Amino acid sequence: MSVPRAAAAARLKPGLRPGSSKMHNNLANENFPRGSRLPVLRNYSAWGLLRGAFSGHRHWSPAWRDATPKSRYDVLIVGGGGHGLATAYYLARNHGISEVAVVERGWIGGGNTGRNTTIVRSNYLYPESARLYDFSLKLYEGLSRELNFNIMLSQRGLIVLAHSRHDLDAMARWANAMRMNGVSADLLTVPQIAELAPALDLSPAARLPVLGGFHQRRAGCARHDAVAWGYARAAAALGVDIIQNCEVEDFLREEARIVGVKTSRGLIRADRVGIAAAGHSSVLAGLAGFRLPVTSYALQAMVSEPIKPVLDTVILSPGTGAYVSQSDKGEIVIGAMLDLFASYAQRGSFAVKQSILAATLALFPSFSRLRLLRQWAGIVDVVHDSSPIIGATPLPNLYINCGWGTGGFKAIPAGGWTFAHVLATGQNHPLAEPFQLERFISGRLIDEAAASGIAH
Amino acid sequence: MMQIPCIYCGPRDESEFVCAGASHIARPGLDASDQAWGEYLFFRDNPKGLLLERWRHVYGCGVWFNIARDTVTHEISSVYAMAEPPPQ
Repeated sequence: MSVPRAAAAARLKPGLRPGSSKMHNNLANENFPRGSRLPVLRNYSAWGLLRGAFSGHRHWSPAWRDATPKSRYDVLIVGGGGHGLATAYYLARNHGISEVAVVERGWIGGGNTGRNTTIVRSNYLYPESARLYDFSLKLYEGLSRELNFNIMLSQRGLIVLAHSRHDLDAMARWANAMRMNGVSADLLTVPQIAELAPALDLSPAARLPVLGGFHQRRAGCARHDAVAWGYARAAAALGVDIIQNCEVEDFLREEARIVGVKTSRGLIRADRVGIAAAGHSSVLAGLAGFRLPVTSYALQAMVSEPIKPVLDTVILSPGTGAYVSQSDKGEIVIGAMLDLFASYAQRGSFAVKQSILAATLALFPSFSRLRLLRQWAGIVDVVHDSSPIIGATPLPNLYINCGWGTGGFKAIPAGGWTFAHVLATGQNHPLAEPFQLERFISGRLIDEAAASGIAH
Repeated sequence: MMQIPCIYCGPRDESEFVCAGASHIARPGLDASDQAWGEYLFFRDNPKGLLLERWRHVYGCGVWFNIARDTVTHEISSVYAMAEPPPQ
């Protein structure tokens, strides 16, 4: 079913196919008249690496420019995570708008972009979600070449485990829905799972017996900070200002319209303002004077000490909430379910940690002697139907990209692409049309709570 | 682990409770507009700071009660019964 690269490339402008090493030069020709301000971007390459080896690697320069704020921009994006940076990049690349600022309270990629389990997948149930998330996965598939930055995408597959007859039925429906939506998925028998993940306890006497499962082969993981840095570097090369340590304290208004922001580094005016602040979306909406259908929760994850390769796929057990993979460094990466009470504290509850580790050890008894190296939590923006909001707010000139909840990382390219579209044109991108704030009034929800496979 | 002070049983581990979200959300009348009904169902203040919320001691005495909790520090500043007005 999958023709990922070709399909992604078909959506790009002619001459801008991912993989073209001259992409940035093409951009310069297309979007910038000769002689206009375009920072030089040195392409990373194996040849450059080799050449650098002979000069003691003293040739490296900063990957992107840490800018100071100007007084005005065409578009200002609040939030320098993956979604904000991707939005800035696609504003410049797809729409030729380079007077763009990304303002970030802390450092780029330091929020949920640096706090997830780095899994990318598109195993959603409804057509609207499948279209959006599979577009995202297709963009991920071409992203290293597109950005000339190795995001270390590893399509090692995702196996969703069924622990009961009812799980098996639900997964048959789930996999069929994916196929109907043009996303490949395969049901798995226990022997097939044993072959793919021999470390799993698949004995009939297991505490959590596995009866089967299903497989999205194109799912996998990517290097989280490379995604943030790759987008930042490519956006900065197209003239985007990335401004760190710059907290938005208020919005500037003229009558009802938003005309900029008041930040800890001064006033910045902008024709359009976009919020991409994940768990802090409600705080920013509160400053602007409206409410969102969002509750912020802590979602935690943890890694063990690094060990030799033992698990070369991603295992999700929706019944227990455990989400297990092995990083390229060798750490066992364990994602948990939400701490089910509102929280802005970037730390997880011990009760959830305990239950998720118990489930992980029941699935992988051989992990019982591993030491836990780190644990952390990100504050995620959960909405009632577990689907995002990408579009207008009640205030003119103010737009929002939020509601990704526990699944923001995998959606970074599509979130950025569609959010850039609405910020540039004022019209919703067709993929984002169903995902408007207005659906919470009309009742036209896209209830992916079950389909995303994570207990919300 | 967070200790939740049940109004009947006293402080117990968080794992004995479920949180049921923000308190004091008034249900609008049946003649409410779509806007008012949607806001009642879905839209929340979601404060970074003091939040009044409902908890239930589900694996204990079963009682419902309200607490005032800071969503950043998780500090609980007051506990009060379902029918009581929020603390000032």
